[in-house]
Amino acid sequence: MSKGATGAVPAGAVPEGTPAVELSKVRFSYKTGREVLAIDSLTIARGETVFLHGPSGSGKTTLLGLLAGVLQATSGSVRVLGKDFSTMSGGARDAFRARHLGYVFQMFNLIPYLPVRENILLPVRLEPARRERLGGRSLDDAVRDIASQLDIAQYLDSPIAELSVGQQQRVAAARALMGSPEVVIADEPTSALDTDRREQFLELLFASCAKANATLIFVSHDHTLMPLFSRTVELMNINHAAKVGAGA
Amino acid sequence: MMLLRLALASLRSRLLTTSLTVASIALSVTLLVGIENVRTGVRDSFAGTIRGVDLIVGARGGTLNVLLSAVFGIGSPSGSVKLSTMERWKAHPAVKWVVPYSLGDSHRGFRVVGTTPEFYERYRFRKDGRIVFVSGRAAVADTEVVIGSDVAEKLGYTIGTPVVVVHGLRDIGTSSHEAHPFHVVGILGRTFTPIDRSVYVTLEGIEAMHEPEAAVAGIAGSSMASAEGAGGRVSGGRGQGVTALAAPLAAEKLRAKSAKAAAIVAANKARAAAMAPPVGTPMVMPGAEPPPGIPLVMPGAEPPPSAMPEVKRAADEQKVAAVSEPLAAEPVAAEPEHDHGDDQITAFFVGTKNRFEALMLQREMNTDLVEPLTAVIPGVALGELWQNIGSAEVGLRVIAIFAVAIGLTGMLVALYSSLEARRREMAILRAVGAGPRMIISLLVLESGLLALLGCLIGVAAVYIGLFVAQGPIEQRFGLHLALHPLRSTEWTYLAVVMGAGLVIGFVPAWKAYRTSLVDGLSPRA
Repeated sequence: MSKGATGAVPAGAVPEGTPAVELSKVRFSYKTGREVLAIDSLTIARGETVFLHGPSGSGKTTLLGLLAGVLQATSGSVRVLGKDFSTMSGGARDAFRARHLGYVFQMFNLIPYLPVRENILLPVRLEPARRERLGGRSLDDAVRDIASQLDIAQYLDSPIAELSVGQQQRVAAARALMGSPEVVIADEPTSALDTDRREQFLELLFASCAKANATLIFVSHDHTLMPLFSRTVELMNINHAAKVGAGA
Repeated sequence: MMLLRLALASLRSRLLTTSLTVASIALSVTLLVGIENVRTGVRDSFAGTIRGVDLIVGARGGTLNVLLSAVFGIGSPSGSVKLSTMERWKAHPAVKWVVPYSLGDSHRGFRVVGTTPEFYERYRFRKDGRIVFVSGRAAVADTEVVIGSDVAEKLGYTIGTPVVVVHGLRDIGTSSHEAHPFHVVGILGRTFTPIDRSVYVTLEGIEAMHEPEAAVAGIAGSSMASAEGAGGRVSGGRGQGVTALAAPLAAEKLRAKSAKAAAIVAANKARAAAMAPPVGTPMVMPGAEPPPGIPLVMPGAEPPPSAMPEVKRAADEQKVAAVSEPLAAEPVAAEPEHDHGDDQITAFFVGTKNRFEALMLQREMNTDLVEPLTAVIPGVALGELWQNIGSAEVGLRVIAIFAVAIGLTGMLVALYSSLEARRREMAILRAVGAGPRMIISLLVLESGLLALLGCLIGVAAVYIGLFVAQGPIEQRFGLHLALHPLRSTEWTYLAVVMGAGLVIGFVPAWKAYRTSLVDGLSPRA
């Protein structure tokens, strides 16, 4: 659907050294006059695994929407892989997201009526450029590789409903990593998992990201996970528009 | 491809809703296309009732009256035409052939028609259907009878079965025509036209039937006169009940005056005479040569406009209705001339040498100075008639369209209500890079698929239904519903349903588009 914008961003043409994410004087409000996000500066280098910490109401979801290009900043610039979203049309941002981003939700990540394999294949099916990055491997091989990395290879043909929450989140991670996107955004993907599973999940996620050379932006309110990341960003500190007190 | 796969998978996941929606659309389409089929089937079989005949000529009267009485045996003819008139027109250079078609009595509810063997060769129905003899041959002698397929089937007649033709209805005694025992010599193949319900005799045969009646004409005349006095002026279809009652009443009076045994016979005769068939009607007209004053007489013989709604009545009743005609005419006409002339027919069919001459010939006949005639081009008259009675089909169509609207609304409801549950699905698609256009396309594609599936199943149901019911419907209603490829009207209907399906898909799609934007990537709902 978004193929109209394909020409704007050639696949894999992101220069080395460009920060994965670069926010500058970003303001955002859903309704005029009520800012929910005000970040003067935020830079995330490529290859980093960033723990973005903030309680609810701190603007996490809004920030992720901006980073994914679903939301458009009211003012300021949001650059992802050097591309300024504010200069791009909605369609171009959709295409960019399809090509360069992987996204993992808190829960309910999967399309319920598609089997595991098809869910993982969604990004490459929707975006041919992403398929090219499989490096000539067949779709089946690529799925199998990523699935075995995340230890879900045996469920490839199962319906979603037969999977546990933890398995579903791993499928979601596999989908986000399919076709090696430069940036993976994870929105509290472990909140529905018990502590043991969290670590296991994160280990798999880190390994896969490292293998794909992807930047991981991981959002959570769970402090205990903080040490596992290469860097932590406190959203409450950088978002001047946060409604919730810093002590929350 | 991806979209289609997604749409199909998504529809499959909601199998129950999907199938219910498809079923409701399919039912609507079945109704719409089915009604269209029946409508065109009825129209075609109606328009195909008479072919090969370029003109139907009857006594001066309404176009529809001539058509209805001659072709369908409905209502009563407005009068009669002299055989010599037919012979005169036969000599016209534009005329190729003429065939007399004289409506006579009825035989056990089936009307009796006097004609010539040429009729069986000339008459065509539907596209190029010819009258065929399943067994036997045409009636040649005046005691020979050819019967239509329905007649043969219902009465169980075969070749050689003796037939007693009576005046009027079946409940009348057989005494009136005992003198002329007819017998079946031919059985016609099914035509799905009124021919199937007709009994054919020769012109001589139909006249011969009237001979015994002529003998009692005097009695009948007097009884009818008293009926006239008692019941007052009886006219048109409305009077038929009175007429039917009045005649036996008169007979009752008659009975009182004479000896019992003789009276019963007389009553029968009187009743039989009262039931005088259309062919007898013109006999009461004064003189063989129509004097200048004849147009004054004719209006009395013409059926009043109220006779037209009679169309729906069964043929049997129509015969009764016909009875009122002679009564209405009686006071005007001179009574004693109640003889059956040998040169009167109800109508005749004309074939032209060149069909383009039919119009010219029609004009000439309508202005015949010797005898007031009405010439009718069957196709044109049938078309006119269809326009009149066809208005019911508009009602059918409106109902069908409402049904489709309901089906489509059901689809809208189904799609719309599933949307809330699918918000997350939309968000996921957005997350993996689907733009709003893709979300909209997906939903529109889904509704389009539902409509398409509904259309396909609906049309399939129509064809299966036709295939299965074709035979029974033909057998039962004489309605031939052909299995044919979809016509342009039907394609239009399907296109409208499809179009509406797609447009309806835009409603939830628009909502989904807005929601997926507002929801961003993290629907919390």
